[in-house]
Amino acid sequence: MNLIEVKDLTKKFPLGRWTKRTLTAVDRVSFSIPEKPPKIITLAGESGSGKTTTARLILGFIKPTSGRVLWRGRDIWKLDKKGWKQYRKEVQAVFQDPYSAFNPLFKVDRVLTIPLKKFGLASTDEEAYEMACKALEIVGLRPEEVLGKYPHQLSGGERQRIMLARAFLLKPKLIIADEPVSMIDASLRASILNIMFDFKDKWGVSFLYITHDLSTAYYISDEIIIMYRGSIMEMGPVDDVIEDPMHPYVRLLIESIPIPDPSKRWMERIILPKVELSRVVEIKGCKFYDRCPKRMPMCAERMPKLIEVERGRRVACFLYHKEAF
Amino acid sequence: MSMEKLVEVRNLKAYYKTRSGEVKAVDGVSFYIRPKEIFGIAGESGCGKSTLALAMLRLLKPPGYIAGGQVIFQGKDLLKLKAEELRSLRWKYISYIPQSSMNALNPVKRIRDQIADVIKTHEGEIPDEEIDKRIEELFTSTGLSPAVAKMYPHELSGGMRQRVIIAMSAILNPRLIVADEPTTALDVVVQRGILQLLLDIRNKIGSSIMLITHDMAVQAEVVDRLAVMYAGKIVEIGDVDHVFKEPLHPYTSALIGAIPSIREKRRLKGLKGLPPDLRRPPPGCRFHPRCPHAKEICKKVEPPLVEVGRGRVVACHLYVEEEVRA
Repeated sequence: MNLIEVKDLTKKFPLGRWTKRTLTAVDRVSFSIPEKPPKIITLAGESGSGKTTTARLILGFIKPTSGRVLWRGRDIWKLDKKGWKQYRKEVQAVFQDPYSAFNPLFKVDRVLTIPLKKFGLASTDEEAYEMACKALEIVGLRPEEVLGKYPHQLSGGERQRIMLARAFLLKPKLIIADEPVSMIDASLRASILNIMFDFKDKWGVSFLYITHDLSTAYYISDEIIIMYRGSIMEMGPVDDVIEDPMHPYVRLLIESIPIPDPSKRWMERIILPKVELSRVVEIKGCKFYDRCPKRMPMCAERMPKLIEVERGRRVACFLYHKEAF
Repeated sequence: MSMEKLVEVRNLKAYYKTRSGEVKAVDGVSFYIRPKEIFGIAGESGCGKSTLALAMLRLLKPPGYIAGGQVIFQGKDLLKLKAEELRSLRWKYISYIPQSSMNALNPVKRIRDQIADVIKTHEGEIPDEEIDKRIEELFTSTGLSPAVAKMYPHELSGGMRQRVIIAMSAILNPRLIVADEPTTALDVVVQRGILQLLLDIRNKIGSSIMLITHDMAVQAEVVDRLAVMYAGKIVEIGDVDHVFKEPLHPYTSALIGAIPSIREKRRLKGLKGLPPDLRRPPPGCRFHPRCPHAKEICKKVEPPLVEVGRGRVVACHLYVEEEVRA
């Protein structure tokens, strides 16, 4: 059974108090995260793609408009108190901003020991303290250097490591990490990504890594799901998708990633739309229709379904639908 | 490429006064930019790259101040010019694209009127038809619809506004455009379009561009020469190909070794430790507490920026000694 299964997940937000118009932030999204083996799955997309809303839906922060989030086959909105508590323990979250995720009045010790006691994982203060020390060591921090400090006395990289340590303490099956390294300098970013690797390899923790940065996604993940304006455009093993993208949008996206090697510069020109308005319009057909170099008349009519084209590889594009021809 | 210098920065120092001491954000920085060159300034947050741009253009506001140095542009020291002389240089000779500038457009003015203001300030009263013609030409040549000129900023997407700002920076054919993180917070496709636009401006009107970005991959894609800053100092300058192929300063190597690429999967190495507090930078080389090659001398003596081959300068004792031995 899957640890998490997302089925036709949809979230619409009203566009204003006096209008019935809505913005579909997440549009019939389906995918699953198996319990075993542990995997790092990236949910990638540009701003406005719906990746963060999807994460918030999975975490139960917001209620879907339609569709379901299943945890071990059970709808998370139908869990009893006990089930919910268990869910909150198994599925942890780490966020982008390692500054705002802390209570500024709590020392690091409390940040780490409170959840241990709340979830009954430590019976005494001493035990909780020892577990916290061990978790800090696992994320590459020296407990004597950070315990007893307030959040403002720590750097962004240290705070993000502490958030990982905190998540780790609860022995989760899955950590949902929303842009955990985007506010951290490049030289420190690598060590945070390497901690994620270690969690997976040594401790069997899976990740849903949410990012706009496909270079880090390629580096750490096993699988990737690429969203655009609320829909999944393509998903599959990360090497296949990045090295040989199929969807025209995903191709454009990947060709636009800067390569840190001056001998491999962009050779071709890209053409951006001559006007791009801030107002979002709902479209009937494929969401990439207006920008797609390979668009066909049918693409304006309906959104292509996400279909499996190879083992584990899914694409939402009529170019790959046999029945389209 | 010509060895002429369009702008030369000599021993520039820009500090911030704070209650707990002076923050030496830019501390003795020297470099030059050639005509028609794209010159990159790389470095991580807090290394002083934005302060450097502000100080060069005399836009630094208190508690920041210039503590010394020269910025020679076309034979004149910008730091000594009268305010009025300096104003006449802006847009016409030097354009500045500040960080998050896409949010800096006047929200209650049509884009056309904002560009018209710039033209009129520098060229006096010009007939509206001529202004409209110039804006249309500018927009057409930069891949924007002329219809955009009639709009208000809020009607456009963030990426579109940034493209307008960059096109606008070129309206008076400046010799130098200083762009501070022009693509940060934009999606990669838009980022690529904006970098392409900067290259087009250089190729069409021959401006030099000083591109400040922490993103080493972006630097690799567009700049001709690159300077790497660390803790208020330049640690290395060189042709971008050389810097990436054979980084000299241990900090540059670490920075390059820490960035992932979709063309290559290798284990990335993070750098240990943190940059120093610029109120109390460590003695000697500012990088020595994090440097894998640190020696005794690095803890005591600050390494000078020395030339180690054609157009290649580095501030590191590993290379000073070699010079002495040779």
